[in-house]
Amino acid sequence: MNQERRTFLKSAGAVGAIAVAIAAGLLKPGEAFAAAWNSLAFTAKTATDALTNSGYSGASESNDILIKVPEIAENGAVVPVEATSNIPGTTSMAIFVDKNPNPLIADFTFLNGAEPFISTRVKMAMTSIVRISVKAGGKAYTASREVKVTIGGCGG
Amino acid sequence: MSMNRREFLQTLAIAAASGFALDSRSALASGNAGSFYDLPPFGNVSLLHITDCHAQLLPIYFREPNVNIGLGQSLNKVPHLVGENLLKTFKIRPRTPEAYAFTCLDFENAAHTYGKVGGFAHLSTLIKQIRASRPGALLLDGGDTWQGSATALWTRGQDMVDAGKLLGVDVMTGHWEFTHGAERVKQVVDNDFKGKVDFVAQNIKTNDFGDPVFQPYVIKQINNIPVAIIGQAFPYTPIANPRYMTADWSFGIQDDNMQLVVNEARAKGAVVVIVLSHNGMDVDLKMASRVSGIDAIMGGHTHDGIPAPIIVKNADGQTLVTNAGSNGKFLGVLDFNVRSGKVVDFKYKLLPVFANLIEPDAEMANLIKAVRAPYEAKLAEKLAVTEGSLYRRGNFNGTFDQLILDALIEVKGADAAFSPGFRWGTSLLPGEAITLEHVMDQTAITYPQTTLTEMTGATIKSIMEDVCDNLFNADPYKQQGGDMVRVGGISYTCDLRQGIGKRINNMMLNGKALDPNKKYKVAGWAPVSEGVTGEPIWDVVSGYLRDKKVITPRKLNLPKLIGVDGNAGIS
Repeated sequence: MNQERRTFLKSAGAVGAIAVAIAAGLLKPGEAFAAAWNSLAFTAKTATDALTNSGYSGASESNDILIKVPEIAENGAVVPVEATSNIPGTTSMAIFVDKNPNPLIADFTFLNGAEPFISTRVKMAMTSIVRISVKAGGKAYTASREVKVTIGGCGG
Repeated sequence: MSMNRREFLQTLAIAAASGFALDSRSALASGNAGSFYDLPPFGNVSLLHITDCHAQLLPIYFREPNVNIGLGQSLNKVPHLVGENLLKTFKIRPRTPEAYAFTCLDFENAAHTYGKVGGFAHLSTLIKQIRASRPGALLLDGGDTWQGSATALWTRGQDMVDAGKLLGVDVMTGHWEFTHGAERVKQVVDNDFKGKVDFVAQNIKTNDFGDPVFQPYVIKQINNIPVAIIGQAFPYTPIANPRYMTADWSFGIQDDNMQLVVNEARAKGAVVVIVLSHNGMDVDLKMASRVSGIDAIMGGHTHDGIPAPIIVKNADGQTLVTNAGSNGKFLGVLDFNVRSGKVVDFKYKLLPVFANLIEPDAEMANLIKAVRAPYEAKLAEKLAVTEGSLYRRGNFNGTFDQLILDALIEVKGADAAFSPGFRWGTSLLPGEAITLEHVMDQTAITYPQTTLTEMTGATIKSIMEDVCDNLFNADPYKQQGGDMVRVGGISYTCDLRQGIGKRINNMMLNGKALDPNKKYKVAGWAPVSEGVTGEPIWDVVSGYLRDKKVITPRKLNLPKLIGVDGNAGIS
């Protein structure tokens, strides 16, 4: 990335980035933020409840969901999670961290054939399964990876 | 009482009786380096490899581990072989210079017989000799070069930067280098190294936009054959070492990106692709099975001195994995025969650097003398004499760690103590004086603060479980490559058939079971969080040594291990 773009984006800040996303049609204002809020799913305390309440339970394992996470988190407060769904007709993708107090982290809806790719950061207190679940053609799919969270030190 | 001259001579007599020659020069070879280091040239692409020298400019003793346990897929496999098991696997005869270099067997006698190892002036002569028969050969430095000695700490790595350049290092990657701080590393790479040394790392990106911090690889011509050297820095630097020192950088293994970089280098015409790695050997072996198109991964970090490459099959052929030990003890020489745009054959030799066999290079010797001059007198202070040998390396407490733990507990008035499971740190023989320089060899880091913390028994157990899992997790990608945290004051059992949370049991302090709810005073050093204050560890240890004057052989606080019967990683 060139320095100008970096400086521009830094000064534009998070609000700017979201504005760009909305303008590009990736997020629908209003609908994305208010109407779609599923309180029951986001406040669920176990992975099973979170999956059920968000409509991803009974998902079949899929190799077409590609997950990029670190094997060991560098900083549990901001663990990068990136995922792509290669399942045709993907309409939504959700991130679950099984051992978090509220396992459902985010649920993304893809409209008008938007590319099912997400990249964000999640907070993790301890080693856990990170699960990406996908809805496509009225069916649910899932894939998962373990991310280790450690106290660090003592290496090498 | 320390060993006196008479006892020393008796030791030598025992050595002689058991088949050792007394004069190291004649014990090593027929009077000169020529025959021992006679390595006929082979092929047309040669790579020389050093790694993890930990800033040891002068020859030292370094005892290899007698415990280096492998489990699961690594059970009884390289690099988890020690002592006789290693000798047998690599067909090395016992009681030879090679057996002394590669194993801990009969360390004290062998050290008296064959002398010190490494030293940059000696390494320099050897490199010049090998290079003379291999025109165009590249010298690769796998990192952990700017840390491990007092002079490296006090000059912010400048002594090693200058020594590396004089040695003729062409390409380098890193780990402990980053504990001098991101800015310092950038300063060296952009100035001292500019146009001379390529610092490469495919797996370091900025935290904000994921931009590369260093060039991921470099393509060099060797005898008109394009050779790509891809850098793989230590993936867990921000976890094993303080994250605030490289706050804006992200590391990680990133083998998907490694594959992209290999493919890109091949597309740009690289005929030979080498990964200069600081992964640690278990991670190297797994990476070699997952990424294809690499001719050799030349690795370090776990300090494994492995006499022959391991050949790993993968989707697109095979990859050699070599690891070249530590502390300047070894020089790896990898020769490829490249014909019609393809590697068709190879030879590899990991040469031990015996200081008594090699004339020191005058120019390098002068540089070392000059960088040491301002500190020489201070470093030479004799703090105490040790009656037993002192060493660190091994999965659990070494004798020098035990000394550090004993010092921490006594000086800090603690119930128990933790000391990091570092794999660097030189060794001392019985009867040697412990100088400040020796103490710095064990402790010279940029975050040396000691601490005294109240911890519950449950917290102590969780810390030990966490570190133990970083060593023994079944997946190499979830290991960090250090050894087990050294524990003083608390005895325990370690069940290696179990997973995290269940390995550490039967914890006892002063004959009583550790109470999970009770608070204990625990001393430690090397905090990874920012802003911690405390007396530097070298002052604590030096004060203790000046007070004791004579250090009796240490009683090692070793855990009782469960589930390791017949493990080839225990000697």
